Amino acid sequence: MTLRKMAPYLYIAPCILLMGLFVYYPIVENFRFAFYAFSAFAPDKVFVGFENFLALFQDEVFYIALKNNIWYAVISIVCQVFGGLVLAAILEDPLTRLLSGFFRTAFFLPVIISITVIALLFSFVYNPDIGILNSFLRLLGLEEWTRAWLGESETAIFAVIAVSQWQSIGYIMMLFIVAIQSIPQELYEAADIDGANKFYKFLHITVPQVKEMLFVATLITLTGAFTVFNEPYILTSGGPGNASEVLGTLLYKSAFFRDEMGYASAIATIILVLSLAAAIIQMKLFKTGKED
Amino acid sequence: MEADKVTSTDYSIQSTRVRSNRRKNVSGAIPLYTILIFYFLIIAYPLFWMVVNSFKTTEEIFSNSWALPTTWLVSNYVHAWNTGISGYFLNSTIVTISTCLLTVFISSLGAYGLTRFEFKGKKLLLILCMGGMMLSPQVSLVPLYKLIQAMGIHDTYLALILPYVAYRIPITVLLIRAAFLEVPKEMEESAFLDGCSTWKVFTKIFLPLNLPILFTGVILTAYFTWNEFMFALIFIDSDSLKTIPAGLMQFRDALQTNWGVLLAGLMISAIPIITLFLFLQKYFVRGLASGSLKG
Repeated sequence: MTLRKMAPYLYIAPCILLMGLFVYYPIVENFRFAFYAFSAFAPDKVFVGFENFLALFQDEVFYIALKNNIWYAVISIVCQVFGGLVLAAILEDPLTRLLSGFFRTAFFLPVIISITVIALLFSFVYNPDIGILNSFLRLLGLEEWTRAWLGESETAIFAVIAVSQWQSIGYIMMLFIVAIQSIPQELYEAADIDGANKFYKFLHITVPQVKEMLFVATLITLTGAFTVFNEPYILTSGGPGNASEVLGTLLYKSAFFRDEMGYASAIATIILVLSLAAAIIQMKLFKTGKED
Repeated sequence: MEADKVTSTDYSIQSTRVRSNRRKNVSGAIPLYTILIFYFLIIAYPLFWMVVNSFKTTEEIFSNSWALPTTWLVSNYVHAWNTGISGYFLNSTIVTISTCLLTVFISSLGAYGLTRFEFKGKKLLLILCMGGMMLSPQVSLVPLYKLIQAMGIHDTYLALILPYVAYRIPITVLLIRAAFLEVPKEMEESAFLDGCSTWKVFTKIFLPLNLPILFTGVILTAYFTWNEFMFALIFIDSDSLKTIPAGLMQFRDALQTNWGVLLAGLMISAIPIITLFLFLQKYFVRGLASGSLKG
């Protein structure tokens, strides 16, 4: 082969090499690892067949984690996708034009801040004694509502989920703003002439016109909900007990605390299957595969 | 005459409609602004609280966390900086700069190969380069950990830089490829006629011509790298090599209940990327728009 013919392969080689080594190879290996029992530092692995999966399906913590991930998904869809779309529509409304730039920047700010900073900040917000949340409830005279939000098993996971919403709504909102800005203005003008109100315009123009982005946003949110790790890990480490465990923290603990690498790989496989399933179901629902 | 009359009445109808619209506008704006201000308070208050309390003593946070500090303790920031944040800051800077440069350079090479040549397997390579986008690192954590140990780079900067670059390639290639596709064919053809090599065309035409999009790639990569937590937690053990997100966990444990200093540390960690964002907002948004993908 001449150099001229080799050229494109040479240009692409670094991309392929790095991704092959650090993205594709590990994901394939993970499927294999899930059928072995091994520890982090011992060189040999023992083939155990489906044992890791069977043990996982009998582990009650797995079901707690799964339930929490599903809560994560449901709440994130409502707050981020629906809430983000509504905020974007409001900020793109001609009536708020004067201040929309300011609000847009402010709402996006949490996205920029590291999750460690945010999670540590919220451990203060939820602090039973000095926390903003309890102080605020006392201010409203709702003394009986105050509690140790992260320390009680009924509220811990929801307190964690709320932090994720606080951080991510602005991101999804920004995606919708970009999508709304590309809607032809004539559509709204035509609706104005017909005397349509805001709700009508939102439902019949904005929503259908941003359908593609709605798909992308739901996909990002769902994948995020099933792979979440940082917020629960930093805020509660899955506690109290296992009350706020998610699949991500369970994976981490299995691998790096209990040194059950095969078991951890099995959890990772489940996470992958769940997020793929979510993506496929969505593609069917949104039917965006029209170019195929 | 008839026609004139019609237009004049039309005009008057329209002008009353405009006036009533304006009245409706004011009343219509109130609920919208109410929602915006309500959400603004939810976002801004915790951040404001962090700023204010980062200047207080722990006792003061405890006794009066709502008020402004009686004396503004800048010393909290000095204390935080000297209790480890300076080291984490340096590590984050080194890792972020290396990751950004490598990611954007390697992705530009790939994007160039994928847009300006016709060759066997082009489609497959394109799918391979961009297909990694939806794969989240959590799923391959265990094999990745094993791989990094086997390569002997565990607990070095490379344990972060190489996986970061690999995971950022898909989105960055997507971004740069779209820009390269726009470069007119004639430009490179005339360069080839002048005897330029493909490498020369790449470095002398494609890179300089697409600086804004390369810059967008750098910004998005910087944002990802500066904030990444999971790899930083797992692939680095030594405290002296930790980046800010993982280092803050250590920092918290070291400070126990020295809350003012902890909050000052959080502020120092957040300020660089916020500053970057406030100045370069349009690059961020452009990147998000064409990529539509977070980390």
